Amino acid sequence: MSAAAVPHPAGAPASPFAVEARDLSLVFDTGDGPVHALSHVDLAIRPGEFVSLIGPSGCGKTTLLRVIADLESATSGSIAVKGMGPREARLKRSYGYVFQAPALYPWRSVARNVALPLEIMGFPKEERRRRVAAGLDLVDLGGFGGKFPWQLSGGMQQRASIARALSFDPDLLLMDEPFGALDEIVRDKLNAQLLRLWHRTGKTVVFVTHSIPEAVFLSTRIVVMSPRPGRIHDVVECGFPPDRTLDIRETPAFLGVAHRVREGLRAGHAYVD
Amino acid sequence: MSTDAALPLRRPAPRGRLGAGLRALAGRAAPVLTVVLVLVAAWYAAAVAMNADGQRQAFERAGTADAGWRAFVAGTWAQGHPRLPAPHQVAAEIAHSVLDVSPTSKRSLAFHAAVTLQATALGFLLGAAVGFALSLLVVHVPSLDRGLMPWIVASQAVPIVALAPMIVVILAQVSVTGLLPKAAIAAYLSFFPVAVGMAKGLRSPEPSHVDLLRTYSASRWQALRVLRLPASLPFLFASLKVGVAASLVGTVVAEVTKSEDGGLGARLLAGSYYGQTVQIWAALVVASACGAALVGLVAAVEAAVLRRMGAGR
Repeated sequence: MSAAAVPHPAGAPASPFAVEARDLSLVFDTGDGPVHALSHVDLAIRPGEFVSLIGPSGCGKTTLLRVIADLESATSGSIAVKGMGPREARLKRSYGYVFQAPALYPWRSVARNVALPLEIMGFPKEERRRRVAAGLDLVDLGGFGGKFPWQLSGGMQQRASIARALSFDPDLLLMDEPFGALDEIVRDKLNAQLLRLWHRTGKTVVFVTHSIPEAVFLSTRIVVMSPRPGRIHDVVECGFPPDRTLDIRETPAFLGVAHRVREGLRAGHAYVD
Repeated sequence: MSTDAALPLRRPAPRGRLGAGLRALAGRAAPVLTVVLVLVAAWYAAAVAMNADGQRQAFERAGTADAGWRAFVAGTWAQGHPRLPAPHQVAAEIAHSVLDVSPTSKRSLAFHAAVTLQATALGFLLGAAVGFALSLLVVHVPSLDRGLMPWIVASQAVPIVALAPMIVVILAQVSVTGLLPKAAIAAYLSFFPVAVGMAKGLRSPEPSHVDLLRTYSASRWQALRVLRLPASLPFLFASLKVGVAASLVGTVVAEVTKSEDGGLGARLLAGSYYGQTVQIWAALVVASACGAALVGLVAAVEAAVLRRMGAGR
């Protein structure tokens, strides 16, 4: 619990953290009255960490990710992304964002979808070609650049969207349930690929999920959230070796962490139902 | 007229791609031909009913009132000034005024169709451009959406038949004559579907597609180019089809007002002035054929563009 609270140099811009939220709250005004999507959230993520946000629907995990990305604005509290305000960080293209749906543009080929951020950021043509080829290879879509999204399976589409988020090489990756719509087998495979990618590149990843095994397998730290109002209920450290494989899911250590996460989710949920 | 087109149905289909193509064509042509046959049959029946009075009088005048029903029916389909001419009379009039008359003559339907198509094309291009520009303004400037949209809608509530003569007169006052007044009326009718359709199309992208560009901090212009314009293309083509047909209507209405330059509308006016029903119907059929061809042309461009954009299913 105490790991969520982080000592704070008041308002210092030169934050050593990749993401730093302090006393962050967000209230949506709806027709049925105010909805407390986030309530007094404190969270600091160091560069190179893989942090999962887990919790039931309505706990604000996606909202928190969107606040980091400056797609929503907090009502109170402070948030810094790589030492900047979220808007400034967005304008400086500090992060890559992977949505729940692949969000590929249907009229663009896979290669041109991956090239989209590069086009917008003004990369020269030759560089674009090189990066698209490398990106597609990275997610095992080497021969599929000329296809259109509808010709790909759901898993392949989501891999293409990951290649797109990585194409401009941001060192912070924000992922909103990227594998939520995929079947178990594809999800396992993509989890293993994502872990290797993170291990190799040393990027900071903030990962929203509602799957306990996925969170425990991928993360260095798991932030357990609870709904109404959305807040951080527990923070669980997982110290598994970075070159782990899917086999560790059978080990007692893995099951122990999973158990603690499950307990946290249950406790956070108990008085709501 | 339909037996020739239906022939490939009965022929043994050649093998390979050509055969598949012919079969597909026959599959699409059969329902269309059925509808055409039903319409033509209904038209012949209606011609008998509409022209029966005239035929009875003609028979009485000629003293052949007991000529029998076959002669009577044949007579209703062969009158000089029928209330409703039979299809073959209209077809003969079209064939005569297209094939037998020099295309530069004022008696050639091809000449009048060309005059109409010129003004329609110019008016359509003007209208589509204005509609497109308005949609951009309305989508990007919220105050214009509230301030402009009611006027755009109100503009179409004015009957064009009442407005057309005034537009011609006002433009003549400022020495705009010839093709432009007619094109202006065509544009007046065609800008509306394009403006409304495009405004909807430009707003059609999914929220996640818009958010994606926000994460790249893309400019408005970039968002327009890579997302809003491509997403609006299906809407654009749907409204262009409506717009091009409306342009033709606008041009014909304008030609009725401003008949000295010719055109299908002028032909309609002349026909009605002299009671030449066959001539009126011939002009009407040619106008419909022009409308169908224009819409078909837009559809062909649409198919080519959408195919390039990966709609290969």
